[in-house]
Amino acid sequence: MFMDLADITTELINSNTPSGSVEESPTLGHYMVAPRKDEWKTLGGLDIPLQSDENTLSEVGYARSNVGDAGSKPYTRGIHATMYRSRLWTMRQYAGFSSAKATNERFKLLLERGQKGLSVAFDLPTQLGLDADDELSLGEVGKVGVSISSIDDMRLLLDGIPLDQVSTSMTINSPAIILLAMYVAVAEEQGVSADKVIGTIQNDILKEYIARGTYVFPPKQSMRLITDVFEYCAENIPLWNTISISGYHIREAGSTAVQEIAFTLANALAYVEAAIDVGLDIDTFAPRLSFFFNCHNDFFEEASKFRAARRLWHDLISQRYQPKNPKSAMLRFHTQVAGVSLTAQQPLNNIARVTIQALAAVCGGTQSLHTNSYDEALGLPTEESATVALRTQQIIAEESGVADIADPLGGSYHVEALTERIYQEALLQIQEIERLGGAMAAIEQGWQQREIHNAAFKHLSDVESGDRKIVGVNHGIMDEEDDTEVLKLDPTVGEMQCLRLKELRENRDEVKSQLCIDAIGLASAGTDNLFPLILEAVKSNCTLGEIMNAMRSEFGEWMAPSGF
Amino acid sequence: MGAMIRVVVAKPGLDGHDRGAKVVARALRDAGHEVIYTGLRRTASQIVETVRDEDASFLGLSSLSGAHSHLFPKVCEELRKLGLNDVIVFGGGIIPKTDRQALFSCGIKAIFGPGTSTAEILSFIEIASEKDGIGVGESSDWYWQGV
Repeated sequence: MFMDLADITTELINSNTPSGSVEESPTLGHYMVAPRKDEWKTLGGLDIPLQSDENTLSEVGYARSNVGDAGSKPYTRGIHATMYRSRLWTMRQYAGFSSAKATNERFKLLLERGQKGLSVAFDLPTQLGLDADDELSLGEVGKVGVSISSIDDMRLLLDGIPLDQVSTSMTINSPAIILLAMYVAVAEEQGVSADKVIGTIQNDILKEYIARGTYVFPPKQSMRLITDVFEYCAENIPLWNTISISGYHIREAGSTAVQEIAFTLANALAYVEAAIDVGLDIDTFAPRLSFFFNCHNDFFEEASKFRAARRLWHDLISQRYQPKNPKSAMLRFHTQVAGVSLTAQQPLNNIARVTIQALAAVCGGTQSLHTNSYDEALGLPTEESATVALRTQQIIAEESGVADIADPLGGSYHVEALTERIYQEALLQIQEIERLGGAMAAIEQGWQQREIHNAAFKHLSDVESGDRKIVGVNHGIMDEEDDTEVLKLDPTVGEMQCLRLKELRENRDEVKSQLCIDAIGLASAGTDNLFPLILEAVKSNCTLGEIMNAMRSEFGEWMAPSGF
Repeated sequence: MGAMIRVVVAKPGLDGHDRGAKVVARALRDAGHEVIYTGLRRTASQIVETVRDEDASFLGLSSLSGAHSHLFPKVCEELRKLGLNDVIVFGGGIIPKTDRQALFSCGIKAIFGPGTSTAEILSFIEIASEKDGIGVGESSDWYWQGV
């Protein structure tokens, strides 16, 4: 039952009464109110003063030159001189469910409603390189994203979407090289050549080992696939962002804001090293590196986090690699607001959370943004909730005024001090990872996993003790009717996908597809770039699972330590 | 608090979200129980073998990938096949209310959604461990309806 108005009023009055003691000050003659609690910290645990001033800035080592101007080094204030005045961030809603056809319809709807770029959510079998008819795929096909097992599915997914105009981000990691090959092959069929397609593949395996879980191959072989993509794209698909180095999932798994930046940039440094080790020049691949961050509820900490991350990446890359192209040291990023902050209780409250988070991302200078739907702690978003999420971005862009000025929070004592501290603390953690032997060695020791788990447990303890209040969970609780509708998926999608695969296999040139698979197996054992062979294989109707298995027979599989 | 209980916490299926599974496992361990966490991507038969080998009396299943309606009943079925009828099974994750009744009917004794306190999960374990006949292969149709 919902509370009636009288109850709500009483609750408001109670919550306005300070919980600290009230005393009359003998000297000032007015009431001094003791603080509501003894310690004040950001969500990530950084101490915060009652107010910051010039002294705070000198204590943390702030210098005006650490900040620069928008569009100039070290890019603290943003990577573009004119920021959103020239071009708003790309409103890019992650979407995908069920069949390629159903997702294609949702994409067209989103584009029609003003979204500028696509972001494909694949189902877990696809993300793990399993065909829809694999035994392990049972019950998972089409659930958390769209099922893509072959070029035929990719054709349906992209049907009628102008691939020379729309940029597409694909959340795909272990089999990223295969899905990119399918995308390029379909674009070619549409008459769009590989040098014209625009988009991003996530292709970030290290954070899969740390936090997201869709890894397949061991680290060394996974890194080889990534550098194969870097190399092939530099020559043939120049507008493609070859990796989206992701802090998002590290944060969702429980890390603090500082850890999110530190672990992500440490992973990024590992990719840079791997690419340099195979002989690539920093300026051939670094301008195509992109990042993906989370944005949680602590408004100032989040906005400062993005500013700190830009400067830190600039400093790390310029000091270590002396790139000639300034773009090599520019941190470009996509943001998704924090899924983990959504509550199943009083779900409409999530619209307020998403707004605060999205505002922080825009104040932090994001290049693209996904806003979550309010019902995602309950199930998959409906058409209505997905529309509200997109509209929230449009309101921030067009009505709030924050997009009219570059780095609107720059110069705030608080934000500059926080930016400086996040920079320094993240740098310390990167140095710690390097002492452990670098990102990969630390992952193999389960170090990041353990650090994240400890932070997650601390957060849970703070919520359970009441030190952290979450409205609807441990504060402002009320009985509610649970009548939010969640998206119902087509239950036949798994069977349909199996039938489609059967048909594909029956109708293809079996000799040709087998030759492609054999070639991939052979190249996996050697050092030739796998991309051209995989491109040929997808065009010859080899399936995702078949290509993965060809590589698996050479690469083997791996299980990362959980850190528990 | 009640006696020490052996609990297996498992991630069935392909889902990689393990923040919840791990914090619940830690909270149960901190409360004095013995907890075995399986790690990611376990098949139903791997999970059931762990329950058998560890001689666990509770099994917690976590899924945030929407595959619970397929995976949870399958694990229950496998438990019964191995004769592990007295194991008490509970679940957690993103599990829409409309899917829950079917899971209770196949032998799951509690579903904990986002925002559940660890105290509630501990109460469930304490109360459930004192009840008779509520194992996955036993006859009671009792299930946890909150504190």
